[in-house]
Amino acid sequence: MALLEIRNVTRRFGDFTAVDNVSISIEAGEFFTLLGPSGCGKTTLLRMIAGFDLPDAGQILLDGKDMVGTPPEKRPLHTVFQSYALFPHMTVADNIAFPLKMAGTTPAEISSRVREALDDVRLANFGNRFPQELSGGQKQRVAFARGLVNRPRLLLLDEPLGALDAKLREEMQIELINLQKERGVTFVFITHAQNEALALSHRIAVMNQGKVEQLDEPSRIYGFPRNRFVADFIGKISLMNAQVLEAAPSHLKLSVAGLGEVTAPSKENVKVGDTGVLAIRPEQVRISHHAEEVELKNHFIGKVQGFLYVGDVTTYLVELPNGARIEALLPNSAPGRAKFFEAGDPVAVSWRHDAGTFLND
Amino acid sequence: MPALFSMIKGDSKANRIAKWLVSGPPLLFLLVFFVAPSLIMLFTSLRFPGEFGGLAPIAAPAGAVHGEYGLTLETYQFFFSDILYAEIFLKSFAVAAASTLICLIMAYPLALLIARSEKRFRNLMVLLVVLPFASNFLIRIYAWMIILGPESVFSHFINTVLGAFGIAPVTLLFSSFAVLVGMVYVHLPFMVLPLYTNLEKHDPALLDAAQDLGANAWQRFWRVTWPLSLPGVFSGSALVFIPVLGMFAVPDILGGTGDILIGNLIKDQFLGTRDWPFGSTLSIMLTLAVLAITALAAWLARPAAIPEK
Repeated sequence: MALLEIRNVTRRFGDFTAVDNVSISIEAGEFFTLLGPSGCGKTTLLRMIAGFDLPDAGQILLDGKDMVGTPPEKRPLHTVFQSYALFPHMTVADNIAFPLKMAGTTPAEISSRVREALDDVRLANFGNRFPQELSGGQKQRVAFARGLVNRPRLLLLDEPLGALDAKLREEMQIELINLQKERGVTFVFITHAQNEALALSHRIAVMNQGKVEQLDEPSRIYGFPRNRFVADFIGKISLMNAQVLEAAPSHLKLSVAGLGEVTAPSKENVKVGDTGVLAIRPEQVRISHHAEEVELKNHFIGKVQGFLYVGDVTTYLVELPNGARIEALLPNSAPGRAKFFEAGDPVAVSWRHDAGTFLND
Repeated sequence: MPALFSMIKGDSKANRIAKWLVSGPPLLFLLVFFVAPSLIMLFTSLRFPGEFGGLAPIAAPAGAVHGEYGLTLETYQFFFSDILYAEIFLKSFAVAAASTLICLIMAYPLALLIARSEKRFRNLMVLLVVLPFASNFLIRIYAWMIILGPESVFSHFINTVLGAFGIAPVTLLFSSFAVLVGMVYVHLPFMVLPLYTNLEKHDPALLDAAQDLGANAWQRFWRVTWPLSLPGVFSGSALVFIPVLGMFAVPDILGGTGDILIGNLIKDQFLGTRDWPFGSTLSIMLTLAVLAITALAAWLARPAAIPEK
């Protein structure tokens, strides 16, 4: 039986449907992420799981028990808030002790559990500090410790890394993965940062306009986006209008206007004549000198329009003869060189026959 | 604000001038209207009263045969020699403490209600709290004379209820009860406003967090809202306690003969018995007592004990 089961949950605010008939089932021990742009309904869903909001329709079951009549303070789960929501009038140790006190744990047990929790988040010497004396990363760790100290069945995390700078965020991501693994607590993580979701999660539900667009493992979400929204939202991708010429079990043959034939991996429920887009990731596109011999079938000549140098890699924007633009990624393996091609250079772009995805309209 | 701070922090000549321009006028005001009068009061308390009020000259005038001239500590001796004054002080403190406590108990739920209302209603509600200030203070106190008077509907109602339990009718006006009612009525807004200002700043996420971590409504109040509101509780209490201590109009109008407080005593020294030195002594003792209480409150509310943010 799933630990948390969200069954056909709908939540409306006036005319606006924030969560639209969502069903998700989360297993014990999972690191599950709700990913989507702001306003997609992920926060509303989280608040309903925590009990701060109630669904208009549908059920939320924890361990098979309907949670509707259970107020937040009685639910066996805790939340790590975006703003951390540490109690400013309590020391770090008192903050962490709070859920234990509320649960009626004995003082001796509380002090040993708090010490343990402080050790776990590497804040052993910070117990007597007040939250306002801590750095952002330290506050974040206190919030994790407070959420986990009572060993909840489920920990909800509401964009907890949003307020940290990029470097610290990466460190905290690794720490979060380790914490989750060690404790075996089920995490339901909310974020709008797709790279964070890909890095942390066992499974991701991509949400848009109150609905789940795709629910899958990170590599499948990234590699095989189900529709245009998911393809566009997760990572960088180039889209070209295409029509299906041939739908074989092994591959698809597509016609891309002004470009000609392109081979793409096969996909279920695609028939000859279907229109849609061919979606391809920049790192799947090879860019080379235009005169170079290319043995790949999907092979076109284009012109460099511009480039984006970010240090480790450079993304080239190439215009194809049909006017479509495609992005190609090239690692900067030669030290001290920002780019291998200049704007205006004629280049060849190519990709393997099993790269890219066809997305129906 | 940041612009102002940076202006004051710097040390260039222009900055120093700006510093004086900003802080000079209030400083001057306090010197002229607070420090100087306090010193005059201290000096007055060490003098002898004049024969027909006012003060006796410091130096004996030529040809004076007898009389008291110069400086003396006699008024202070007098103050400490009669237990009556200590009793009046004690009673005044008790009335002030009771008024403060009642104001706190009445103002807290109201301030909480305003702070948790929708934003667009808050200013209107605050306006309603301060609206009584729009009419004259004495008129409002005289209105209470009518409300608490023996012929009022309120008095009849109270006595009917008491009568039902076999208790003899009471006179509400000219009693300690009436004084307390008046004090609470006049000072309630001074408790509501600082409390509201404090409660309004509380981060609602803290209450969500407390609830999420297992705290019920009662625990959320006592463990989160109340401790975070203590700075507001202390400033509101100071704003009620200190003025109530010195208030003479309310006991004058609503109190009976036995309801004399420090304020009345001091007023009588200056306007009744015309003993300025003793009136000054009483004022100084009151100031010292208030300072001691303020220091205690400041120590209780020190940042280390209650970090606000």
